[in-house]
Amino acid sequence: MARFSAFELFKKGLTGHKNWPAQWRDPEPKPAYDVVIIGGGGHGLATAYYLAKNHGITNVAVLEKGWLGGGNTGRNTTIVRSNYMIEGNTEFYEHSLKLWEGLSQELNYNVMFSQRGQYNTFHTPAQRDTARRRVNTLNLNGIEAELIDAKRMAAEVPGLDYSESARFPILGAIHQKRAGTARHDAVAWGYARGADGYGVDIIQNCEVTGFIREKGAITGVRTTRGEIGAGKVGMAVAGNSSHVAAMAGLTLPIETHVLQAFVSEPLKPIFDTVISFGAAHFYISQSDKGGLVMGGDIDGYNSYAQKGGLPTMEHVFAAGVSFLPYLSRLKILRQWGGVMDMTMDGSPIICKSPIDGFYINGGWCYGGFKATPASGWCFAHTIATDTPHEASAKFTLDRFSRGLVIDERGAGPTPNAH
Amino acid sequence: MLRIDCPFCGLRDETEFTYGGDASRTRPPLDETRAEVWNDYVYQRPNPKGLHSEYWFHQHGCRSWLKITRDMVSHEITAVAYAKDTGE
Repeated sequence: MARFSAFELFKKGLTGHKNWPAQWRDPEPKPAYDVVIIGGGGHGLATAYYLAKNHGITNVAVLEKGWLGGGNTGRNTTIVRSNYMIEGNTEFYEHSLKLWEGLSQELNYNVMFSQRGQYNTFHTPAQRDTARRRVNTLNLNGIEAELIDAKRMAAEVPGLDYSESARFPILGAIHQKRAGTARHDAVAWGYARGADGYGVDIIQNCEVTGFIREKGAITGVRTTRGEIGAGKVGMAVAGNSSHVAAMAGLTLPIETHVLQAFVSEPLKPIFDTVISFGAAHFYISQSDKGGLVMGGDIDGYNSYAQKGGLPTMEHVFAAGVSFLPYLSRLKILRQWGGVMDMTMDGSPIICKSPIDGFYINGGWCYGGFKATPASGWCFAHTIATDTPHEASAKFTLDRFSRGLVIDERGAGPTPNAH
Repeated sequence: MLRIDCPFCGLRDETEFTYGGDASRTRPPLDETRAEVWNDYVYQRPNPKGLHSEYWFHQHGCRSWLKITRDMVSHEITAVAYAKDTGE
């Protein structure tokens, strides 16, 4: 694998940048692999990368039904943060944020991780109390976050309505300085290139259509490009987890829901941070191209369609305009939908399945992007060692039947409310 | 925008309705004591990538609970009935 460097960039520039090699191979699938990962998004590719790098398992294939990062990896609003409060989530997302901080160097690939910080506003004294509790919990776990008042936030993030007559007066915010955004495609491409460099076969346009079973255990997959044997099969297909698991005869505590995202026309810099509105569900940041990247609630009914409806768009922007009134004067340039694995407690699943040879990574709800590095790290550990990684040990499939749910929002078993 | 053909009110916009979730689950009798039966009911979902049976409440209309069959990929609604007539 040719390494990227300033010198290499200069050298290739002399020949008009025409001599860059392909960043990963396009191999035909082999008859069998030690490990087959279903799903060539960020999570699947990161899993393959860490299987090779951390565990020395390089006879690995990543099977992708479309193109790399064409699912939720390329459809999210790219926010990375680690301000989770419930044990299980707290350590996992902090592990992930630490990996993000070194990811561009690790992969020798610029994932454009920008630690521009995130403000999570609160608007009532009761919300301030829960925000303080969250900050204290984070701090006690050694995770940086602070509670700031409206005056300080107004100085750091001008342009919001800080008046007392605002529809939802801003009393302050939880601020996490190390949070930020990253270039989502680059994360998939960086992990793909890194994994390929270790000899992992990345096979696109290869949809899994069934499993090969032997005495109950899974020993391979049937695909649109033929049968492929596997010592172990890992699934990282969030959005379609129930669909793929059903082929293996498993029912999951998951519903699939659609989440929309929006980008406005490009603007001059308005704010250099990520803001989440605490009075309703709305979050916003500004991309390097100037577009405001926004999102809010899921559409609310089960769906595998990668598109959303107009009522939810109106709902999201009603929240947005009550927070940032000037949004009403902007044009929305692009809108799209992605399908989310909404679990019954709002937290993910990384574990060995009840079927021998089959491993599950899914249930990311709409928080999967920030989890990408740690998800791959922990899932690779689970597949390689048959034991959970300590950072993901609580993300089991049987936590529901055992009463050990990780319900960050406290919404109960209502997947459309997390 | 989904449009649901309410048997009482006719074709109405999704915004008049509230989603009631998966209708394929049946609440176990209250004297059921097996944990796995309740676990199945509370947490497990077939979540098919195809036809889905689900409840909708016509909140801003006739206030009937409806049971609907809808395709999860195309969103096409193929059956609508009063939930009370489907034995629930």
